[in-house]
Amino acid sequence: MASTAFDTHLEGPHGAHGGHHHPSLQHQFDSLEQQKESSTLGMWMFLVTEIMFFGALFTAYVIYRSLFHGVFATASHHLDVTLGAINTAVLIGSSLTMALSIRAAQLNRRKTIVLFLLLTILLGGTFLGIKSVEYGHKFHDHLVPGPHFAPEDPAIQAVADKAQVFFSLYFIMTGIHALHMIIGIGLLTWLAIASWRGRFDSTYYTPLECTGLYWHFVDIVWIFLFPLLYLIGAHAR
Amino acid sequence: MNTSATAESIVASPETGFERPNYLNAEYGLRSWLLTRDHKRIAILYLISVSAFFALGGLFAMLIRLELLTPEGDLMQPDTYNRVFTMHGVIMVFFFLIPAIPAVLGNFLVPIMIGARDLAFPRLNLASWYIYTLGGLFVLWAMVNGGVDTGWTFYTPYSTSFSNTHVVATALGVFITGFSTIFTGLNFVVTIHRMRAPGMTWFRLPLFIWSHYATSLIILLGTPVIAITLLLVAAERVLHLGIFDPRLGGDPVLFQHLFWFYSHPAVYIMILPSMGVISELVAAFSRKRVFGYKVVAFASIAIAVLGFLVWGHHMFVTGQSIYAATVFSVISMLVAIPSAVKVFNWTATLYEGSVSLQTPMLYALGFIGLFTLGGLTGTMVATLGIDVHLHDTYFIVAHFHYVMVGGTIMGYLGGLHYWWPKMTGRLYPAFLSRLSALLVFVGFNLTFFPQFILGYLGMPRRYWSYPEEFQVFNVLSSAGASVLGVGFILPLCYFIWSMRYGKRSGDNPWGAVGLEWDTPSPPPTENFYTVPVVTHGPYEYNTQEVHARTSHPEARVG
Amino acid sequence: MSHNPESTLKWYIAVFLFLMVMTGLTVAVAKMDLGAMNDVVMLVIAVAKALAVILIFMHVKDSTRVTALTVVGGFVWLGILIFFTLNDYLSRGDLLLNVPGK
Repeated sequence: MASTAFDTHLEGPHGAHGGHHHPSLQHQFDSLEQQKESSTLGMWMFLVTEIMFFGALFTAYVIYRSLFHGVFATASHHLDVTLGAINTAVLIGSSLTMALSIRAAQLNRRKTIVLFLLLTILLGGTFLGIKSVEYGHKFHDHLVPGPHFAPEDPAIQAVADKAQVFFSLYFIMTGIHALHMIIGIGLLTWLAIASWRGRFDSTYYTPLECTGLYWHFVDIVWIFLFPLLYLIGAHAR
Repeated sequence: MNTSATAESIVASPETGFERPNYLNAEYGLRSWLLTRDHKRIAILYLISVSAFFALGGLFAMLIRLELLTPEGDLMQPDTYNRVFTMHGVIMVFFFLIPAIPAVLGNFLVPIMIGARDLAFPRLNLASWYIYTLGGLFVLWAMVNGGVDTGWTFYTPYSTSFSNTHVVATALGVFITGFSTIFTGLNFVVTIHRMRAPGMTWFRLPLFIWSHYATSLIILLGTPVIAITLLLVAAERVLHLGIFDPRLGGDPVLFQHLFWFYSHPAVYIMILPSMGVISELVAAFSRKRVFGYKVVAFASIAIAVLGFLVWGHHMFVTGQSIYAATVFSVISMLVAIPSAVKVFNWTATLYEGSVSLQTPMLYALGFIGLFTLGGLTGTMVATLGIDVHLHDTYFIVAHFHYVMVGGTIMGYLGGLHYWWPKMTGRLYPAFLSRLSALLVFVGFNLTFFPQFILGYLGMPRRYWSYPEEFQVFNVLSSAGASVLGVGFILPLCYFIWSMRYGKRSGDNPWGAVGLEWDTPSPPPTENFYTVPVVTHGPYEYNTQEVHARTSHPEARVG
Repeated sequence: MSHNPESTLKWYIAVFLFLMVMTGLTVAVAKMDLGAMNDVVMLVIAVAKALAVILIFMHVKDSTRVTALTVVGGFVWLGILIFFTLNDYLSRGDLLLNVPGK
């Protein structure tokens, strides 16, 4: 029944075979399988918190759009649909490269993992670059809410107070989205370095999987942000 | 059931004072504590932090009650009073009530109760504590530099446009600490799903685990919303990005919707773990399995779900539509039902049980009575017509202190007293612990029952002076607070005393049933010497078998 | 789609192309004036794109029931937040009374 008193190498049904432990197996887990399933579930739980985090902003958007329907459409004109669409395409591409980097790990192709991670970083960086260009335009056009809000468009001037709510939401939502992208790029950089050093292969690529989930989620947020911010007034030009 | 009884008999027994290797003596030194990944050590770290914040929050409470001894505002300026009650609220809610049971008792017990070596993510667990501490430092900085005067509820537009206090620092502190809670909740959910020992099916889990699981779901779904909301308040103050600003067409009530979407479920984050403790205490000290186990388990989930659908009952008088208010009011009645069911089931557990009035049981019984009062008054104020009169009066203050102190804190103290021997291997003085429980109960009722009357008579909350005719109740309340304070200070003293001078408890001083009692007290770092294999449900109390387990069957433990 | 990594490539490319086409579609439809249907079409397309990413890129199609429940639960909860908050605003009379300037 009980083994000797101080045997701290626990044996369990999931236990290792013949005392051999995979170097990436953490001590609280009985198997790599359990570790991977736990890590993925954990990342999904975190993504649920992200759904609610961004979700509250979407809630504010829904409320104010209901209250100021016309103003939101007018204000939305001032966002560049072309740049927004390009950014959407860039992000979709980065999701593809992310998925392919995980696939490369599953196929034990070390260099391919790194290649696709670098592509993902490049595309993510492109997104942020285009975003900063857009922000620059807004600063230039005095469309940043606050004491320096000075729109030239008379249609906006007439409803400057409510238009500022739109632009506040624009900056906050895309700003927090961009912050998530920056964090994502940081994670991807660390993963690229680790992949180059051969850390991941078909037996263990959990951090890639988890970061992939995070990255795809950030893509999904943009999938909703783009039409809701950029396209709501596009037809009434 | 696999036990460590063999291990115990092999090594020297507790009476000889020989210290077996356990999580406390496994490593020494500050580094081994500050860089630990052991969930049990992290629980102790939290115990220290949480107790420190509780003391601080208590100090603010003392200042409030001192000011309210007299009808005139004579102890401090009205502005100062606003800061005092705000800091009391912020510290007690975010830095004590929400983390206390999950981060101390939950962290310690969840892995052990399910038969695991640790939580799923030990490093994340340690990070949780550091994040909690960082958030706390932000709030402490704000406090030292003059505090905040918005009330713990940060209502706009006062908090965004008019208050001249350190709103941003405090809001950021709460924001940061929110992540600490999120990571703990995340850890619990994954651990409970994926790391149960062989044979530990969902319906063999102790109700403590079910409560913490439900709590963790609330944490994950609710906390992010207050996080972003506080960030929006900070953004409005600092960057003038106005979402709630009426001058920009913004609606301050939207802030309230977003704030209470979290803050109402937050009260269930505070009470559910405590209810989990009570289930364990009632079973152990009635020597009987909890009546209606499955119903109690599902009631926890029901509370978690329904708790998200009632937040508007905090906004009956602030500008919500009457239709929405009615919907929230009706659902608020519904959410009382699973809580009531639990109270019935605990009572049914006591019936024909072999009840022993040890200190933890005194707290459990106190909880059942006081939580019932608090919960019933909750349904009173959930009634629209009544709330119009009682909102923002001392009736509300009394209501939530009955559930938070009479409920949550009684459960916390009961749990600490029950599992103290498990965590430390020591016993505390029986007489003093019972005296403290009595002082807490009496002091609490003396403090807060008069406040129901005050509120009903019309005394508003958050006021630093009041009409003469209210003084007698205020004096009773302040007197009660002093008694309550003593009741809280005593355990602090004897718990610390027991660490060095307390009698060694042996592995299972209560003769209780549960995986945590099948392992030594204090447990070894890996929790179990061999992975337990579970073959039956929790609370399988059989009198003869239980006597055999108890290491001190004759001793009066506490 | 099985867990066989060799066979996933065509799925990923297919989803990528689907997402690109849908993006183009949503921009094109936005430029047409369909009244209230603009919002409906836009959201349907966005949800379709999100589903593709979730099921294929995020591997939810082949994952456990707990994972699927988690995803659904997250969105349901967001729905609760939006719905119950909107419940207040839509029943206040502002929108129905068509107060000028709003």
